[in-house]
Amino acid sequence: MDDFSALLGGFQVALSWHNVGFMIVGVLLGIVVGVLPGLGGPNGVAILLPLTFGMDPTSAIILLSSIYWGALFGGAITSILFNIPGEAWSVATTFDGYPMAQEGRAGEALTAAFTASFIGAISGVLLITFVAPLVAKFALRFGPAEFFAVFLLTFCSFIGMGKDNRIKILVSLCIGFLLAGVGMDTISGDLRMTFDVAELMRGFDFLVVVIGLFGVSEIFLTVEEGLAFKGKKAAIDLKVVLRTWAGLPRYWATLIRSSIVGMWMGVTPGGAIAASFMGYGLAKRFSKRGDNFGKGEIEGVLAPETAAHAAGTAALLPMLALGIPGSATAAVLLGGLMIWGLQPGPMLFVEQKDFVWGLIASMYLGNVAGLLIVLATVPLFAAIMRIPFAIVAPIILVVCAIGAYTVGNSIFDIWLMLLFGVVGYVFKKLGFPLAPMVLALVLGDRAEDAFRQALLGSGGSLNVFWANGLVTTLVVLSAILLFWGPLSDLIGWAKGRGKSSGGASPSAAR
Amino acid sequence: MSLSADIEQPDDPGARGPSKRAVEIVVSLILIGLAAAVLYDSYGRGAGWNGGPESGFFPARVGWIFLAGSLFLLVQAFREPPAIFATWSQLLMVAKVFGPLALFVVLVEPLGIYVAAAIFTAVFMPIVGGARWHTILLTSVLVPLVCFFVFEIEFLVPLPKGPLEAMFGY
Amino acid sequence: MKQLFAAACAVACVTAAPAYAWEPTKPIEIVVPFGPGGASDQMARTLQGLIQKHSLSPQPVIVVNKPAAAGGEAMMDIQKSARDPHKLLTTSSGIYMTPLSTKMPVNWRDFTPVAMLAQDEFLIWAQGSAPYKTLTEFIEAAKTASPPFKIGGAGSKREDDLITFALGAETGVKFAYIPYKSGGETSTQLAGGHIQASTGNPSEEIGSFKGGTAKPLCLLSEKRMRYTTKVANDMSWSDVPTCGEQGVKFTYNMLRGIFMPGRVTPEQQAFYVDMFKKAVETPEWKDYLERSGLLPDFRDGKPFEEFLTADEAKHKELMGKAGFLPTN
Repeated sequence: MDDFSALLGGFQVALSWHNVGFMIVGVLLGIVVGVLPGLGGPNGVAILLPLTFGMDPTSAIILLSSIYWGALFGGAITSILFNIPGEAWSVATTFDGYPMAQEGRAGEALTAAFTASFIGAISGVLLITFVAPLVAKFALRFGPAEFFAVFLLTFCSFIGMGKDNRIKILVSLCIGFLLAGVGMDTISGDLRMTFDVAELMRGFDFLVVVIGLFGVSEIFLTVEEGLAFKGKKAAIDLKVVLRTWAGLPRYWATLIRSSIVGMWMGVTPGGAIAASFMGYGLAKRFSKRGDNFGKGEIEGVLAPETAAHAAGTAALLPMLALGIPGSATAAVLLGGLMIWGLQPGPMLFVEQKDFVWGLIASMYLGNVAGLLIVLATVPLFAAIMRIPFAIVAPIILVVCAIGAYTVGNSIFDIWLMLLFGVVGYVFKKLGFPLAPMVLALVLGDRAEDAFRQALLGSGGSLNVFWANGLVTTLVVLSAILLFWGPLSDLIGWAKGRGKSSGGASPSAAR
Repeated sequence: MSLSADIEQPDDPGARGPSKRAVEIVVSLILIGLAAAVLYDSYGRGAGWNGGPESGFFPARVGWIFLAGSLFLLVQAFREPPAIFATWSQLLMVAKVFGPLALFVVLVEPLGIYVAAAIFTAVFMPIVGGARWHTILLTSVLVPLVCFFVFEIEFLVPLPKGPLEAMFGY
Repeated sequence: MKQLFAAACAVACVTAAPAYAWEPTKPIEIVVPFGPGGASDQMARTLQGLIQKHSLSPQPVIVVNKPAAAGGEAMMDIQKSARDPHKLLTTSSGIYMTPLSTKMPVNWRDFTPVAMLAQDEFLIWAQGSAPYKTLTEFIEAAKTASPPFKIGGAGSKREDDLITFALGAETGVKFAYIPYKSGGETSTQLAGGHIQASTGNPSEEIGSFKGGTAKPLCLLSEKRMRYTTKVANDMSWSDVPTCGEQGVKFTYNMLRGIFMPGRVTPEQQAFYVDMFKKAVETPEWKDYLERSGLLPDFRDGKPFEEFLTADEAKHKELMGKAGFLPTN
């Protein structure tokens, strides 16, 4: 139990007055950058980095990682209140969070999101504390074929949501894939589908598209339906937190499943974004109330938030243990570590024990601090729903435009945001599902890259996708998930038509 | 295929609007056009299998599926039961929001995002209604100022700036 | 208030430092044509820190990442910002390679060269536990391998791809080049043994080197590195043999420099040249050079331009041989 005493020592370091102060400052700042679309954890970390050069490394990393926790918490707020994902990984939170807010359950949704984030983050930290070296080694087993299989699994766990028009699901998926393909192709170095337009060279950024599709289009819809947020005025007080908590233990299965999905996706750099979609998809698939997903089901908020945070936290593990950044923020933190002359990697745990355990202890404390701070703000944020539309709408639109601009420092992106606002409006009215498009946009090119890298390595042979146990398992799991609908129907039928077969179960899209 | 095919709604003359079928048809035609552009671009670069997929391989395959899907949507659109997409008055409201927003984006380039935001807010709020003039004035001044403070000064995120900011030395 | 401060500084600074004909009046943006965490980003952030620490500029420095289109986005941005003296661009060989391989309408001659700060080294790395310890052994093993050995690197038709091609051409061995999104990703893939070797800067692999998951086979330079401090496994950078010592004559170095947008005034250019001259003298910069295994090589003005012209011609020839230039 050598590590355990080291961890206690870490708590002592982290609990000093000035470190707790840094933690609170960091979390607050993180919430701010998390709430504003376009500013993200990497911004906050990168901007504060120069300020930390004068501090001792432990305090500095506590301050910086607290921004990270704050940003993870903050991303959910705008998703739930305005249907605008503050961060890419909170897209899936909008699916049920926003409908909940419209029903006047914003406080409940926020509490659920924050609590789920906390549970996810803590499970990620537990992973880092107890099994760091072991799991870090596992991350190394992911080559291109395995990556492709992970993305395939994410698609398969998500596709088949809802009983929308299946051709429209397919078309929406295609649009996402094609948008993801615009710009420079990593494998060949060619520019694709840019039609010699310089602005298209950068491709379509995920956040710009999502701000338009979800946020701006929502304003259009609201205006069309009579100029007011449909949010009913709910009683706003801190009791909503306790009431929501009382209902949470019921969803233990979803919470555990999402934690595992998240930890796994964080360690294998699949990332928080993929984790949130997969968490949501699986919860919908396996929940008894799966049909209610998308209409304001609390489980639909818990699942993606838990997974995203477990992934976001677990992403720090490969960085600390191997020096491999699992996310953009982790990459900036990594740069920061090296500026202090600390070299991440296995030796860090040996040479810089105080630092590592101080950081790990601060992960526990930072998340506790973060949870307390964000819960205290629930009434405040829920109260935003009471501000008249005429005031809130221009603010939302201005902030959206700023967010779209900051992604690539390009005014063209603001035009794109507007365009996708119109696209989102028309598509929502015509019943095109937007989620498959977003998922394909975020994972499409990565899946394609991985597929082609795998084939380059194998000399064009498709055998790589069942070359070892890991990749085979993933591919088989994907297939099972894809055919889960028909499969479960079959099982139900085989069990002797006791229950009248549900008929249209949420089955696969193809 | 008339775009503005009014559907007879005998009960309420205000509830007229473009038919859903017309919009579906227009959308699927646009999608077909996009699919054609994708296919043209992909085959232009090479969509074959040369020791592994070429750069156009995946877009071309997805493009064909996309084309088929869009064509199917077009056919489906003609079988759409008559319904309206949105009433003209609803669309007018949407246009009233879209107009100022487009103006805002146009103004970002010459005036900078902050001044454009102030103008946008000042135009948008009276159109939407429900706010008194002093609220409008306050909001359209405060929002850009707060944004300027947060982004330009606190987070050092450079946003587009125009002549006004230049006068103050930014 | 700001003007007052500027005026006060103008008086005070005259005595302290040489007066400049021009000084920045708003925050300086350093545009990095790669994502956060990469080698260029680390250099920009190191510069950001030390410029502020040593008050080399009256205005703060901001780092902006524009990684899209293999740096093309950043170059297009600088091209659009002609006459803007508050923008800088960090550069590597990409400044000619990206336009050459994609026909992107940008050319470094439209920009204002400020200074070359250093030259980056390239090494050939193998997985830490691999059986081969030298380049010679690696080539021997590669000759009989089927499917061919995989060499990973960042991007397609870029530095790493070029080196892999040259290595294959000189030794007559067939390699499969696997392009990844970044040096960091390549490093992970090498550590996991999914590729047999990678080409990369010292800064990209130093983490794996120290952690034992990667080892250097040889240095693609005329001379060994000068740093004798032990890095890992009782090895210092200077202990890494050059590829030339092992019979492979190809060498490759990459500039790390700074550009400004086009059509700025000579005074504006002079301010930055002077600023970077001071920056490369700071202890933080020297630490950074050693940590990242960079070759100090400061050039400005004419020598820098001559270097760029010669280096571009060299790249054009190499890329032509490798078939990286677009045919149509």
